[in-house]
Amino acid sequence: MGVIVILIIASVLVAGGFLLAFLWSVKTGQMDDDYTPSVRILFEDELIIKKKEIL
Amino acid sequence: MQVESFQYDNKTVRNFAIATIIWGVVGMTVGLWVALQLVFPTVLNLQPYFNFGRIRPLHTNAVIFAFVGNAMFMGIYYSLQRLLKARMFSDVLSTIHFWGWQLIIVAAAITLPLGFSTAKEYAELEWPIDIAITLIWVVFGFNMFATIIKRRERHLYVAVWFYIATFVTVAVLHLVNSFELPVTLFKSYSWYAGVQDALVQWWYGHNAVAFFLTTPFLGLMYYFLPKAANRPVFSYKLSIIHFWALIFLYIWAGPHHLLYTALPNWAQSLGIVFSFMLIFPSWGGMINGLLTLRGAWDKVREEVVLKFMVVAVTAYGMSTFEGPMLSLKSINAVAHFSDWIIAHVHIGGLGWNGMLTFGILYWLIPRIYKTQLYSKKLANIHFWLATLGILFYAIPMYWAGWQQVSMWKQFTPSGQLKYQFLETVTYMAPFYAMRALGGALYLTGAIIGMVNYFKTIGQGTLQANEEAQAPALEKAYTKHHGEHWHRWIERRPTPFLLLSLVVILIGGLVELVPTFLVKSNIPTISSVKPYTPLELQGRDIYTREGCYTCHSQMIRPFRSETERYGEYSKAGEFVYDHPFQWGSKRTGPDLAREGAGNLKKSNTWHYNHLEEPNAISTGSVMPSYSFLIDHNLDTSTTPLKINAMRTLGVPYAADYASKANQDLMIQAKGITDDLNKDGIKVPPNKEIIALIAYLQRLGTDITKK
Repeated sequence: MGVIVILIIASVLVAGGFLLAFLWSVKTGQMDDDYTPSVRILFEDELIIKKKEIL
Repeated sequence: MQVESFQYDNKTVRNFAIATIIWGVVGMTVGLWVALQLVFPTVLNLQPYFNFGRIRPLHTNAVIFAFVGNAMFMGIYYSLQRLLKARMFSDVLSTIHFWGWQLIIVAAAITLPLGFSTAKEYAELEWPIDIAITLIWVVFGFNMFATIIKRRERHLYVAVWFYIATFVTVAVLHLVNSFELPVTLFKSYSWYAGVQDALVQWWYGHNAVAFFLTTPFLGLMYYFLPKAANRPVFSYKLSIIHFWALIFLYIWAGPHHLLYTALPNWAQSLGIVFSFMLIFPSWGGMINGLLTLRGAWDKVREEVVLKFMVVAVTAYGMSTFEGPMLSLKSINAVAHFSDWIIAHVHIGGLGWNGMLTFGILYWLIPRIYKTQLYSKKLANIHFWLATLGILFYAIPMYWAGWQQVSMWKQFTPSGQLKYQFLETVTYMAPFYAMRALGGALYLTGAIIGMVNYFKTIGQGTLQANEEAQAPALEKAYTKHHGEHWHRWIERRPTPFLLLSLVVILIGGLVELVPTFLVKSNIPTISSVKPYTPLELQGRDIYTREGCYTCHSQMIRPFRSETERYGEYSKAGEFVYDHPFQWGSKRTGPDLAREGAGNLKKSNTWHYNHLEEPNAISTGSVMPSYSFLIDHNLDTSTTPLKINAMRTLGVPYAADYASKANQDLMIQAKGITDDLNKDGIKVPPNKEIIALIAYLQRLGTDITKK
């Protein structure tokens, strides 16, 4: 069962990496706005097409 | 603010889309073929290349890595660029990624029927292909992260997080599980043995489900479902919680594939606890997906894309409810090894991955080709065929599984097992036929979809480079001119410390792991001895032929199993098994003690049974292995194999490699002499002799005094 040590280390490394990513995301304000991102993605690419239609 | 103009790369998206469609139909056709092999075993098993044991891995690898894999990349390459407001970092890397992945698929499609297999489920590809996978995966990851770095949108939408988690975790899983010692160009031995190999394999296996079939597709759901419905996701907050909870829980769930096995109990319990907790983020995600359509269900009636997606998310909810339930010991005791599990995985595969993929394709192809869908009617027909196909597939399999287990566990009032194993096999025939019908419906739908997609492509023109505009990303901080990159780290002592720790850990692991693993292979049961050279060669034939796809080698501690198969399996019995062969499905009986106790059969029985299973066991669905009588055993590999095993810690004598073939011939001669008594004349250098030797060895160790 020695191999579980490897799996735990690998898993903890991955989890640790995600923890750092999580802390980074909180610190840099990724989580500050929990509404507009969901709306933003709906708008992005249509913008260009509309512009072209107007032109 | 400066507005920058750039172009989205739709060509790579298109390439992955076409690959998805083609490999999807191919993978599902192979699936239908294996399903029909269980209905017409004597007609559809074309030995040696197209026997069930060789092409069942072809089916699973094709649908997982070719169909779902390409679909994942298609969705990621489309959505990532738009979410980050940036073209993919490098067109060259995108092209290498695409063609590299297709080459890997072709290599898999060639090597698996040829019998090059590591015999570890969903990781069957041999070591050169494993290396290729690693390289292409790194190309994908580099391309993705470089795009993230040069993004024009500071906020990372939740889908991007799911993609990142997919890349990182699959990389780690693949590396750890594919740790193997090459023996020849297309043969390797798993570095781990027995229980350890089983734990690593299912740590990988379950996380492959989690991080190859689930997290990327959740990312796609969070992008394409709101897009298709043109409504924001029900709760962005919930999606964030969904993501972080899911990735922190998923990685520990693997041992639920090994309940009641020789895996230590505490490891099983650990797996159960995390598997059960997974229901919360999973259902949070499902609810989030379905509630996105609140107040828009009228659109679902009109929009075929949304129909596919609704069934996909519902199937996700069903399989993630069933998963935690199946991880409970009392339910697992019933369901494990049965056809129930086949139903469970196909709800996930056909329902969640398949339906979401088709939905995305119906949405995406008209968009990148600037045209309308060729036929909405055909798409609706596809939808209904697929949905009915899932039901026709899953319901007979749930029923079959339940019936099968009931028969396996049934005792007569006098305490005898009520059914022979073979009776449970023949009882399955109508269910297997119904399942094949369900699969055929689903495949028909996919083919209609393929026609529809290609017709749509034919009537449009690809916008290979789509114009886009976005303001440049403002720098969050400014660094001093000419500052060395290292100064940045130096200003941050804690991350620096952690980074150093990681580097040290990796170094330490590389040094320590091999020795450490070899030491832990010392048997705890003194009568367990390494395989003889002939048995070792026979075992390699067993793994090559994919016997594990139908036969387990793991007797669980239930009376219904110990009565049928003998003493329950002990961890110490598997210390020389590189790789472990516990299996996950009993289409045929368990073989852990095939050579011992009541199960022991004569060499002649094995010979006749391998040559023509149906002649010995009427109604058997096992393919014929008569080609093993003609094939010569390649004994030139024996010394290499013995030496490789020695490297892995199997205690053969130091100079044994040179003498191994003499012992091999003596043992083979013994078997052929025995067969000769029954009038079977076969030279000792045939593959069938080695396989018989291995089968006769199974489970005998602990009965020795």
